[in-house]
Amino acid sequence: MNILAPFIPAIPLAGAAVLLLTGPRWRDRSAGWLASAAVAVAFGLAVTVFGTLVSRPVTLRLSHVSLFEWIGVGSFRVDIAFRVDPLSTVMALTVTGVGAMIHLYAVDYMRGDPRYARFFAYMNLFVFFMLVLVLADNYLLLYVGWEGVGLCSYLLIGFWFERKTAADAAKKAFVTTRIGDSALLIGLIFMWSRFGSLDFDRVLPHAHALANGTATVMAMLLFAGAVGKSAQLPLHVWLPDAMEGPTPVSALIHAATMVTAGVYLVVRSHQIFEASGVALTIVAVVGLVTAIYAGLSAIGQDDIKRMLAYSTISQLGFMFFGAGMGAYSAAIFLLVAHAFFKAVLFLGAGSVMHALPDEETDMTRMGGLRRAMPLTAVTWVVGWLAMAGIPPLSGFFAKDQVVAAASQAGRIGLWYAALFGALLTALYETRGTFLTFFGEPRHRGHPHDPPSLMRTALVSLAVGAALAGVLGLSATSGLLPKFLTPVVGPTKEAVAGPSELVLSIISVAVALVGILTAWLVYLSGRIDWMALRVRFASAKRTFQRGFYVNDFYSGAIVGPAKLAAAFVAYVVDRRVVDGTLTGIGRLVSSSAGAARRAQTGLVRTYAVGILLGATAVLGYLVVRS
Amino acid sequence: MRTPISYFLLVSALLFTIGTVGVLVRRNALIIFMSIELQLNAVNLALVAFSRQNGNLTGQVLAFFSMVVAAAEVVVGLAIIVSLYRKRRSADVDDASLLKG
Repeated sequence: MNILAPFIPAIPLAGAAVLLLTGPRWRDRSAGWLASAAVAVAFGLAVTVFGTLVSRPVTLRLSHVSLFEWIGVGSFRVDIAFRVDPLSTVMALTVTGVGAMIHLYAVDYMRGDPRYARFFAYMNLFVFFMLVLVLADNYLLLYVGWEGVGLCSYLLIGFWFERKTAADAAKKAFVTTRIGDSALLIGLIFMWSRFGSLDFDRVLPHAHALANGTATVMAMLLFAGAVGKSAQLPLHVWLPDAMEGPTPVSALIHAATMVTAGVYLVVRSHQIFEASGVALTIVAVVGLVTAIYAGLSAIGQDDIKRMLAYSTISQLGFMFFGAGMGAYSAAIFLLVAHAFFKAVLFLGAGSVMHALPDEETDMTRMGGLRRAMPLTAVTWVVGWLAMAGIPPLSGFFAKDQVVAAASQAGRIGLWYAALFGALLTALYETRGTFLTFFGEPRHRGHPHDPPSLMRTALVSLAVGAALAGVLGLSATSGLLPKFLTPVVGPTKEAVAGPSELVLSIISVAVALVGILTAWLVYLSGRIDWMALRVRFASAKRTFQRGFYVNDFYSGAIVGPAKLAAAFVAYVVDRRVVDGTLTGIGRLVSSSAGAARRAQTGLVRTYAVGILLGATAVLGYLVVRS
Repeated sequence: MRTPISYFLLVSALLFTIGTVGVLVRRNALIIFMSIELQLNAVNLALVAFSRQNGNLTGQVLAFFSMVVAAAEVVVGLAIIVSLYRKRRSADVDDASLLKG
């Protein structure tokens, strides 16, 4: 039955092709229905493949479906081949499951857009590339998917390209992630030079034989790709700007799936990272620093989507932190849970924007929306509590396992930092919730719950966000950790620290502290938070601008690069290169202009020439003799 | 007493110069044509004079060839001038300056 695997990506590809070729002919919402159906069928296939995988004994849960040889040069051979194993199926299920819901949401959300069919064509194309990425059986095919999702991200961020900010954000996302992509490509070339192959099965089992330094370089190159794609420090600046895209895009690409590709890459390649010794620590530290940094930045955001964008960066940081601690299944668990609860939150934000006049995104002009939009509010609250880490919602189990991994690995300093990050998560998410849905209404217009399709998607995802926790009730014996064991190895035994139960209690306590703090400031009425904003304006501004990292890049890199580009364009190209060429042209034409006067067309002039010439020749002969 | 060759050559040079100046300064194609004939005949005269001086007939034979070729040339040349005149209603060579750059 695993022969079905290639059809999982093929069906969204077919959907994209049909929609791109016949776009405007699809009337009303039919294009959206077609695209949603394509993803839903892909989900069905993924479930079937998953079912056959589960029905096999644990040791046989791996199969390859090779379609054809793609590149064959000497001993180097790359196939278009798909891999069905626990990790790829989990990813495929997440991508298609959450993707189908978001497609369904977009059917109504994008209604009336002049490029409706094209939107869904791009969305389907994205799902195709994402599935290629997660199902690929070698690094090169993974890279194809990797670049493909980047392309779709670009196309969809800039979907409303009439707005300059959207077009700029699209370019920024593409260029920034490209830095990481280039590193990844170099990493692949390096990998090929060491292993002579890019197949997972020929690289990963032999990774442990690599020298420490070699493995570190390879791991860091792969990780650089992950940092770009997953918006980690220092390449995170594109993600907040990417919110210029339509909200379903933010939910699907910039929260649930594409940005998690980096986590998938690290987990998939964990043998290489382990061979290095230090690489995993670097991954963990980068993830943790990003998580805290983005958490602080999220507190300062007033724009609901930017707040969610920073929270995504922060959660991705947690995933990397988990992977860096060696808790791969916890990282993937958080990835899956995050896909659900962040999709709910984004789609909730989309519903709010949809309901308010002029696509309002400023949370200071919302408030009290729970009365006007009860269903949106309920699903949002589920997403919020899941994210904050309140049991029994999915986020609690996932984040708890990630944070606990630090304690269990005996790295107390990192554990404290991770707890602080979790505190920030609860704090900013609660702040966003209270500002948007609770307190006094500060909004204009008459908001209302979205139409039925959007409600269906919201509710389904909220149910997923609430229940996904059953996948990993325990880090060692949960469903997901056990299922992933053939790929990532068994969950590491705790070597230090308190028991799992105590760690969970600490986790919940931290989440509650965060929520209570936010309640005290934003909802209790004891503190005038508007006055606080004014009083701590500079701190607020620092958080809001993400500690000025973006401004630093603008000044230190983009500015000089633009200057250099202007120098090359207007001085080197226009003056030197163009100048040389037009100079040669002018020289030829002016000398020709002088020479053409000799050709008068008058026979007599030529006759004089002949006479003078003949005289000269004769004179020479006479003088010589 | 034989007339010294320098007399012939002097006349020949004189004729050639007149012909050359005629070619250069006149505008009417017919006059130019006549001037060319003058040049040809100046050369013929020189050839014959040298032939006599050297006691060798080669120069005179060459002069005959030159005359025959000149006759053929007149035929072609006059035909060109006539057709030029028919086209332009003028035999002025300055009007026929189509080849200028």
